Amino acid sequence: MKKLLFFLAGLLLVIAALWQCKTKGVAGASAGDAAQKVYVAPGTYDEFYNFVSGGFNGQVSVYGLPSGRMLKIIPVFSVFPENGYGYSEETKPMLMTSHGFVPWDDQHHISMSLTNGEQDGRWMFANANNTPRVARVDLASFRTQEILEIPNSGGNHSSPFITENSEYIVAGTRFSIPMDDQPDVPIETYKDNFRGTASFISIDPKEGHLKLAFQVLLPGINLDLSRSGKGPSHDWFFFSCYNSERANTLLEVNASQNDKDFIVAINWKKAEEYARAGKGVTKKVRYAHNFYDEKTHTATTKWETEAIMLDPKVLKDFAYFIPCPKSPHGCDVNPTGEYIVGSGKLAAIIPVFSFAKMQKAIADRNFEGEYDGIPVLKYEDVLHGEVKKPGLGPLHTEFDNNGNAYTSFFVSSEIVKWNVQSLEVVDRVPTYYSIGHLCVPGGDTKKPHGKYVIAYNKITKDRYLPTGPELAQSAQLYDISGEKMKLLLDFPTVGEPHYANAIPASLIKDKSVKIYPLEENAHPYVAKGEAQAKVVREGNKVHVYMTAIRSHLTPDNIEGVRLGDEVYFHVTNLEQDWDVPHGFAVKGAATAEILIMPGETQTLLWKPDRVGVVPFYCTDFCSALHQEMQGYMRVSPAGSNVPLKFSTGEPQ
Amino acid sequence: MKTWYSALLLFVFALAACGGGDTPKKSSAPPAPSPEEQMLAEGKGIGEVKFVELKIPLEAERVSRGKAIYDMKCSACHKLDDKRVVGPGWKDVTKNRKPEWIMNMITNVEIMLEKDDEAQKLLELCLTRMPNQNVSIGDARDVLEFMRANDGEK
Repeated sequence: MKKLLFFLAGLLLVIAALWQCKTKGVAGASAGDAAQKVYVAPGTYDEFYNFVSGGFNGQVSVYGLPSGRMLKIIPVFSVFPENGYGYSEETKPMLMTSHGFVPWDDQHHISMSLTNGEQDGRWMFANANNTPRVARVDLASFRTQEILEIPNSGGNHSSPFITENSEYIVAGTRFSIPMDDQPDVPIETYKDNFRGTASFISIDPKEGHLKLAFQVLLPGINLDLSRSGKGPSHDWFFFSCYNSERANTLLEVNASQNDKDFIVAINWKKAEEYARAGKGVTKKVRYAHNFYDEKTHTATTKWETEAIMLDPKVLKDFAYFIPCPKSPHGCDVNPTGEYIVGSGKLAAIIPVFSFAKMQKAIADRNFEGEYDGIPVLKYEDVLHGEVKKPGLGPLHTEFDNNGNAYTSFFVSSEIVKWNVQSLEVVDRVPTYYSIGHLCVPGGDTKKPHGKYVIAYNKITKDRYLPTGPELAQSAQLYDISGEKMKLLLDFPTVGEPHYANAIPASLIKDKSVKIYPLEENAHPYVAKGEAQAKVVREGNKVHVYMTAIRSHLTPDNIEGVRLGDEVYFHVTNLEQDWDVPHGFAVKGAATAEILIMPGETQTLLWKPDRVGVVPFYCTDFCSALHQEMQGYMRVSPAGSNVPLKFSTGEPQ
Repeated sequence: MKTWYSALLLFVFALAACGGGDTPKKSSAPPAPSPEEQMLAEGKGIGEVKFVELKIPLEAERVSRGKAIYDMKCSACHKLDDKRVVGPGWKDVTKNRKPEWIMNMITNVEIMLEKDDEAQKLLELCLTRMPNQNVSIGDARDVLEFMRANDGEK
């Protein structure tokens, strides 16, 4: 205990000293030709897409690199009134969970679909840390197509990392909890009753559909980050974990006692065989599976009721613990798949483990003992070596295509480049300030594209014009094409980025969805042409089948709606040209507006709260006569006998 | 369509070659118009549609398919009488425009608005750029047949 306090005090002093340095106005000298290297001339494209997690905004944002220009925010786990995601009738089911409609989340990590360990540009996956979920985003439409809730999980942090051929993404529990089938236990029985799980979610190779294939039952430790193996380690997945002390209170101190925590190595191929052979236990659970159909333009929720649980205490030889110093956070596998880098947040070294040595130790059954019935390997037996004195507070590591690793150091605010084979530090650059994650394009794959490393910093301080107490989040782009890293650019980001991926634009840009063909629109309330525009009353529900085209809405005069009615505006955009969305908004809408892409149908539910005539209009500037794109709905008192009537362009 | 285009090119070349053989070349002779310029000059517009064969009587199947496409993708802006709403009404369009012009306007509207004088005059009048409604050349042919029916052809 004393030792720990001493260590923490020392850490504080170092932070204070570093802080002092920073406040002396170091601007972070950038290379002389930096401007040229990040300049993307008007009308030309960036070389990379950078998909950046949104943290507490629950979304994913997309930037171009090297310019740092923001291109889009993709709504994933949070409602987005800007385009109606989570408000339109079609998208509400996307945010359904076993807790009901959850309109927000905390989005930490993303991964790109892979073929043979390389980015293939088909899908992006995202995790929700708070209410445990994973999402699949289509990279042709840049839309969230699927969200799967994870049962038996108290928080989904080590997710959605992916295997080499997109066989599985994983979901590891940050908070251990009692399992869903015996939820009510005293907290002090933590060690006996709380469990972590590592879920393996299979991906349909053609359509991308997700399925919870199996869960691995683990002791009550906190899984932090994870990576799949590559090449020789293809069959394995590695999860870092902390709180091997299994503390359930004041974790800051109580979970920092042990000299070493673990990296959990799971042979997912073997686990898969166990699951397929019916060796798992089928647990009764309930979780939401939400799917957006791009033909009906509508999401539906399916309730799933089963999860296959594999217990490594019972089913032997597929899970092992590797001891790893001081609360490991990052757990990253190099491009060859031979080395696993653990980053102990509180460690003074970076241990690098050898997959070949691990295989040998397992074959020789050379264990130091067991932890909760699972074999523990010997640190020295599986260690390739340690990077000595790399910096303070190592968090995450990415790789280039020349055998180098780039590790972020939160406490000492720097990126350190080191050689994976020789373990020697090659270069270090300061970041402004307190870097969390970092990203090299393709830096988590078998074939990194290299060129840049991007720092996603946790503290902004003086880097941008002040904007009150809350400041823009700060990302920084460094050139890594030479031996020395060179700072090129600061660019602000939204939300609070954690992990990010960058992918060559050429893998995505030419297959972008431009329109939804009207012929294929299978929405139940579509109006394919103005001849099908109409207003239909069903009890107190009024369905308006509306069309939008530059520059009018049909119908645009509607009467016969009464107080107490629920009005569904089903708006079909009749345009069939790229970049011509229409918007739709009604006065007093307590929800949002909606944006409707060309050929799409979207629905806004609107409940009148008073008698009167209510304007509605297009919110997305579409043409020279956009201001004229409007209409009126007359709302009469409840029980009124004003007949239902609708029209567009009747003679005045 | 491509073969037709090549055939036209060959034809133009052949003509040029003939001319060269019969009379001494004059440096002041205007260059032969490009196939594109020739199309524009003939009032056929510009695009992949170089020649349309019209049949009499009308092809009934085309007319009904053309009407369905009109209802879905065109009717919001074009009425069947001579009244302008967003774009001009369709009455007599087949009498005033060559069939090639009509089909090129439907299938190649961006370039038409950039290069064809008649298309530009319409934009000045209507002030809304006619959208690309993602109509294939085959579908545009059906729409043309429906226009002919609308203009009273049998």
